[in-house]
Amino acid sequence: MRAMVYRGPYKVRVEEKDVPRIEHPNDAIVRVTLAAICGSDLHLYHGMMPDTRVGMTFGHEFIGVVEEVGSSVQNLERGDRVMVPFNIFCGSCWFCARGLYSNCHNVNPNATAVGGIYGYSHTSGGYDGGQAEYVRVPFADVGPTRIPDWMDDEDAVLLTDALPTGYFGAQLGDIVENDVVVVFGAGPVGLFAAKSAWLMGAGRVIVIDHLEYRLEKARTFAHAETYNFTEYDDIVVHMKKITDHLGADVAIDAVGAEADGNFLQHVTAAKLKLQGGSPVALNWAIDSVRKGGTVSVMGAYGPLFSAVKFGDAFNKGLTLNMNQCPVKRQWPRLFEHLRQGYLKPSDIVTHRIPLEHIAEGYHIFSAKLDGCLKPLVVPGAG
Amino acid sequence: MAYTPEKPPNAESSEQLRARIPGWGVDLDPKDRPAVPQLQFHRDLSGAHWEFPERQPETWPRERSMEHKFLTPVFGTSCPPKGVSGVLRKHAYRTYSEGRAAHWLLLIAADRVDAWESHLRSFVTLRPDNPITQTGVTGEFTHHGLASRFGKKRADLTHQPLDPIVVAGPWVLAGGLVYVAAKALGRRRRG
Repeated sequence: MRAMVYRGPYKVRVEEKDVPRIEHPNDAIVRVTLAAICGSDLHLYHGMMPDTRVGMTFGHEFIGVVEEVGSSVQNLERGDRVMVPFNIFCGSCWFCARGLYSNCHNVNPNATAVGGIYGYSHTSGGYDGGQAEYVRVPFADVGPTRIPDWMDDEDAVLLTDALPTGYFGAQLGDIVENDVVVVFGAGPVGLFAAKSAWLMGAGRVIVIDHLEYRLEKARTFAHAETYNFTEYDDIVVHMKKITDHLGADVAIDAVGAEADGNFLQHVTAAKLKLQGGSPVALNWAIDSVRKGGTVSVMGAYGPLFSAVKFGDAFNKGLTLNMNQCPVKRQWPRLFEHLRQGYLKPSDIVTHRIPLEHIAEGYHIFSAKLDGCLKPLVVPGAG
Repeated sequence: MAYTPEKPPNAESSEQLRARIPGWGVDLDPKDRPAVPQLQFHRDLSGAHWEFPERQPETWPRERSMEHKFLTPVFGTSCPPKGVSGVLRKHAYRTYSEGRAAHWLLLIAADRVDAWESHLRSFVTLRPDNPITQTGVTGEFTHHGLASRFGKKRADLTHQPLDPIVVAGPWVLAGGLVYVAAKALGRRRRG
């Protein structure tokens, strides 16, 4: 089969690989029909996530058709059109039994602090991902779901990570009616978090970024008030000024490990790999939210330490909520919101890239060329 | 404001927002939010028909965190450790817990070694690594590389010039070292 393969930092190519095989009785093999590149894939691409091995296939956002099932699979059949959450989870460990699917203890031998994620380094379990023609899907009775007939493929693929993560991020903000919510980052997760904040009754939603085309999308897609942090000496002071010096009630970090805005933080994290991530957005969130407020962290960080302003969080009495999103828990409610027309995730798709051109896809997404906001990957095209 | 008891009013009331924004307030009640609270016991086990899953066969000594009691019943088999990087990785897993910085720093060092080993290995195959095609840098010409950057207030332009150094720097350095070593060897032979 054809599959994207990591060749070292900033380098990927498409190779012939063996079609994955059933390795456990509850495995399925899925033929991928549509995948996506996630902003967090860029952390792997840039060599930031420990134990990212040359030869791995990335991709944790994908949908497809069931090609083969293992002997114990009861809920899926060959030919089913399925969407697969980015979390790999068993459904039965202490954590899964309590809905913490992203923290499953039975799928990742490499680390106890992380669950299993498709194509996301050996630190996340060493599973190949879906930027390929076929992928092994463990626990087929637990993770994947048949795609409803009414749902578009492009909406479905965005329901495997980006939309649920943004929606989850807004929930972790504990938003109450009329809250002022500031979202750092106008990428897919930030846009979905901003949009979701309104569903939860926010009275004002502010989005901060440095890319004008993304801020434009935040205004039109997410109805948000926007600010470009490069236009201000200090975005935290500006946030205080526009909230009558109270600060926002809720701040959401939707940027994570490669945040811009502080050269030293960015370079030590993204280039020198001396931090688990550049916590610029997280520090801005901590400093922009009001005392007693809530910070929700949706941006992904690596397992190494990061220079987070913990003292400010402590002195302000903040509540810090965070986790990888347990995707499948969000689906029933999100399906309702799609049917009602409140959310249309595919509106943020900007590029559809044939798998054979995936190296260019990674470059334009990484370098933010051509207004790239959300690139999809199409196996078998081009 | 912050110095008096009342919260500053928002520019729009809830009624105005409900009229302007599709779906405003439909999840106002925390009971309608699927992740609230984060921990919720699910007796149906989400489709799992086991208390503990069957075990996937271990086809090679699978490296694992020492914080685990045993090898997890299911695991990925993407890239078994090999070469010098494999030795480093196995050492990191065997020697240090996830709580130790040495664990992660060794794994990051192993990643760099892995890239070098793989590049060198590729040179004795029919498909050697090609930094032009693999970096996708040709996208600069097909997807408006200049226009996407020129005249924009982009914070990342300060560090993007470092990317070619990160990618090509080690190759240039290695080439220089090989050149110097070859020259020194030639001098010694002649002398």
